[in-house]
Amino acid sequence: MSILEVQDIHTFYGDAYVLQGLSLKVEEGQILGLLGRNGVGKTTLVNSIVGFNPPRRGKIIFKGMDITHVSSFETVRGGMGLVPQGRRVFPSLSVEENLKVAERGAGRHGWNLERVYALFPHLRERRAQRARTLSGGEQQMLAIGRGLMTNPDCLIMDEPSEGLAPIIIQGVWEAIGKLKGEGLSILLVEQNAALALKLIDYVHVMSKGRVVYSAAPQELWANEEVKSSFLGI
Amino acid sequence: MDTKFWVIQAFNGVSYGALLFLLASGLSLIFGVMRIVNLAHGSFFLLGGYVALTVIWTTNSWLLALPVAALVIGVVGLLMERVFLRPLGFDPLRQVLLTVGFAYLFQQAALDIWGGDNLDIVPPGMLKESAVVGGVYFPMYRVFMIGMAVVMGLILWLTMEKTRMGAMIRATVDDSEMARGVGIDTSRVSMFIFALGAFLAALGGVIGGAFLGIYPGLDFVILPIAFAVVIIGGMGSLTGAAVGSLLVGLADNFGKALFPEISYFTIYAPMVLILALKPTGLFGRE
Repeated sequence: MSILEVQDIHTFYGDAYVLQGLSLKVEEGQILGLLGRNGVGKTTLVNSIVGFNPPRRGKIIFKGMDITHVSSFETVRGGMGLVPQGRRVFPSLSVEENLKVAERGAGRHGWNLERVYALFPHLRERRAQRARTLSGGEQQMLAIGRGLMTNPDCLIMDEPSEGLAPIIIQGVWEAIGKLKGEGLSILLVEQNAALALKLIDYVHVMSKGRVVYSAAPQELWANEEVKSSFLGI
Repeated sequence: MDTKFWVIQAFNGVSYGALLFLLASGLSLIFGVMRIVNLAHGSFFLLGGYVALTVIWTTNSWLLALPVAALVIGVVGLLMERVFLRPLGFDPLRQVLLTVGFAYLFQQAALDIWGGDNLDIVPPGMLKESAVVGGVYFPMYRVFMIGMAVVMGLILWLTMEKTRMGAMIRATVDDSEMARGVGIDTSRVSMFIFALGAFLAALGGVIGGAFLGIYPGLDFVILPIAFAVVIIGGMGSLTGAAVGSLLVGLADNFGKALFPEISYFTIYAPMVLILALKPTGLFGRE
């Protein structure tokens, strides 16, 4: 059963025709990886799904419901969690406030302050600090924790490794692994293919606004042609 | 010019600043949340004064006029946001233009309903007396103005800083799209803030009506002063509105007392200076 299904969407960013008939499915309890170079439309896809930039054509089905033109806040309240590109924590809010403003759907999976702090003990130490004073890694943890506070059935993570030191990435990856272990469905958007392949169950490769290749991670890793032409490795 | 002069002028400046705070805090919050400059904000101030007059004429109660006028204009603001601003979507330019239109509509409506005379709101007798401290007379009404601004400021500050609702408002000011991305209904937040801004401006109108008078054109007299406050203090910041109000209140009073020929200069010169040195204002964000 797929929890999230994107059906042939066409999305414009201003005048630019970015997503040109993109389809994908996130299966329940799995991590779907979406790889591709910079500028192929990965973040536009994320923005289309959460409703920041709805598609002009096509459909997005979440938990069996058409959410194509549902407003972002309702989509999120309905169980779609977002960890956006660039983290976008609320800089003037404290760490704890960042988490609290996102708290909803408590009956769904039982995520609350305590559980987020248990997952990222570092955040507890910084709870009273303004988010703008956090390091990049801490901000990423906060962004993930904030996404979890919405008690998502499906979590979209856009470039969670971006701009982080390898040691920090390791911690973030361990946390994502734990979430997967708890059965959370995740759409992981990444530029760093080698990193993403460690976690994901299935992978789509994007180019020019479309999915051009889909496979199991090992298969992709063995396919030098796809790797070099679409991922640059 | 002795100590007395400075004390009295400072007191007058602070009390005028208190009035400006009621007006400008709402303007600043509306800008922070909705990214629009509400050009009808002076109208809320003026209409608040007129509605208060009607309440006073019918019930003879100034004490009743204060909350009633603020609530009525708060509802006017709420309807304006829901019925006219919201349908325009997240489009600040068209929203600002709409507020200009409303400013003129409100002006004409006020003229039709309340006429063109210069009216006065007379406060209850108790507030017309003065307290004497160390040989200096402090009008009770101005003390009341300061008290009112402090109370409203405290309520606003506690709500903004200590409640989840306040944190949601600040999250919307920080990044409204991402606020929606964590499930915050930012459209609701806008409605609430716009109504609150109208409420506060009207409250200012009732209170200010006692010493500014209530007359056609007051809306556009008071609006640029409110702008000076938020430009100096920084758009979207409550602390900024408080500090800006104090600075403008003091500058206006000392300007009028010391250099009456160029009194406008003393308000707008600091504004120009701030715009040149720190365009986001003292407490504004980029």
